Amino acid sequence: MMNNAPGSPRPGPAPTPGPLPDPHTTAVHAENLTVTRGPRTVLRDLGFTVPRGQITGLLGPSGCGKSTLMRALVGTQAKVTGTLTVLGHPAGHPTLRTRIGYVTQSPSVYDDLTVRQNLDYFAAILDPGRPAADRRDDHVTRAIADVDLTTHADSLAGNLSGGQRNRVSLAVALLGAPELLVLDEPTVGLDPVLRRDLWNLFHDLATDRGTTLLVSSHVMDEAERCHRLLLMREGRLLADDTPDALRTRTGAATVQEAFLHLVDEATAAARTKETTR
Amino acid sequence: MTTTPTRTATPPRALNASRTTATAARVLRQLTHDPRTIALLVLIPCVMLFLLRYVFDGSPRTFDSIGASLLGIFPLITMFLVTSIATLRERTSGTLERLLAMPLGKGDLIAGYALAFGTLAIIQSALATGLAVWFLGLDVTGSPWLLLLVALLDALLGTALGLFVSAFAASEFQAVQFMPAVIFPQLLLCGLFTPRDAMHPALEAISDVLPMSYAVDGMNEVLHHTDMTATFVRDVLIVAGCALLVLTLGAATLRRRTA
Repeated sequence: MMNNAPGSPRPGPAPTPGPLPDPHTTAVHAENLTVTRGPRTVLRDLGFTVPRGQITGLLGPSGCGKSTLMRALVGTQAKVTGTLTVLGHPAGHPTLRTRIGYVTQSPSVYDDLTVRQNLDYFAAILDPGRPAADRRDDHVTRAIADVDLTTHADSLAGNLSGGQRNRVSLAVALLGAPELLVLDEPTVGLDPVLRRDLWNLFHDLATDRGTTLLVSSHVMDEAERCHRLLLMREGRLLADDTPDALRTRTGAATVQEAFLHLVDEATAAARTKETTR
Repeated sequence: MTTTPTRTATPPRALNASRTTATAARVLRQLTHDPRTIALLVLIPCVMLFLLRYVFDGSPRTFDSIGASLLGIFPLITMFLVTSIATLRERTSGTLERLLAMPLGKGDLIAGYALAFGTLAIIQSALATGLAVWFLGLDVTGSPWLLLLVALLDALLGTALGLFVSAFAASEFQAVQFMPAVIFPQLLLCGLFTPRDAMHPALEAISDVLPMSYAVDGMNEVLHHTDMTATFVRDVLIVAGCALLVLTLGAATLRRRTA
């Protein structure tokens, strides 16, 4: 891994394979995680730990492999090698399907159904059967309220704006209070007020409901709102740390500067390697 | 803030009745927001039969034979088109990925689609058959219920084929092109234009392995015989078997993990 800058004290998980972390405190644990797509290696030898009950930000430029990593976590990505443990099970394990909420980058909802009909259907898949109907209704109503779409509950999803459809997609993921929420760029295309509201919701989920959130973004200012950060670039992990520790270590004022610093450092290291070869 | 019960884990089973019916209800609900599609699905076969009746005004025997065949062919074609587009949309919109990341079995999804479009096919076929038999004077020796049964199986076959080919279509343009590719050869060889035993032996052999041939055969059996003949039973079983086989192949094209 490249995040061992010489001379910088680096807390965090050891890069060498150790004993399996405690599943009560660890939501996700990855070792030597590699994903290939055709001839291309999309993720290269990742190792990191996502603690439970916190918001972990997954940051990096578009195309760096954030979505692929998220798909590997929820078990929809093919050709994953290495170790990837999610909530105590290997990623993609059938029992995880009810315990993870996943929001893809583009809203995956039915445009020809209303907001409520969309949620009703997904709720019926998660918690099927007639006896659960009342509970499902409550969950649906609350998920719609959580994403602030109560006034649009009976609008067709296809008639909503991009940001609103994103929130419908998010509401689906909130159904049934999953232990782990994997959110791929959930705040893209939202105005500042809504972004703030959503981040407040994420913090409420983590604090009050103990939900673990993994939120990807390519907007660095959102990083300050995360408890921990995974910085990625070109399929590799640049850093796995708290925002404060990152800034201190790199001597930067913002996470964005810290990221740029780490990128330069990695590029310089790669160049030295090339010239000494 | 109140605490909520966490998602309940249900053991995975081959087919879950609640999830299947929820899926069927969702597919039908999507269609109710699209009344024009429903109107087209239901009305076009009726209009075509009406047209056919007056094209063959002078030869009622021809109308009987072609009309009965068409009662079997319409549900197959329309359900093929509707299903291939619907599942293609499901694949491209990301809802399929989301569903397969949820505890939905592939069987639930496919059975849900089959149930929804089967229901639609019953309505479509009932109207078309009713119109043909009672208003256009289609002369059926057997029971119109048997016509309806074959029509329903044809619809399921169409749904199955549509589901299967949607896996090989990357866009709606490709999906609609599969219609002539998959359906037209069957249409030409099913005995609608020339009796199958009068065709070149090579063509007859091909028509022997195409399911639509049996759908049309079945319709003609009902047309000419009062009782269920052995041939009719064979035809029905072949069409049903093909539908099941292709549905299974379709299930194999739904992958939880994709590149």
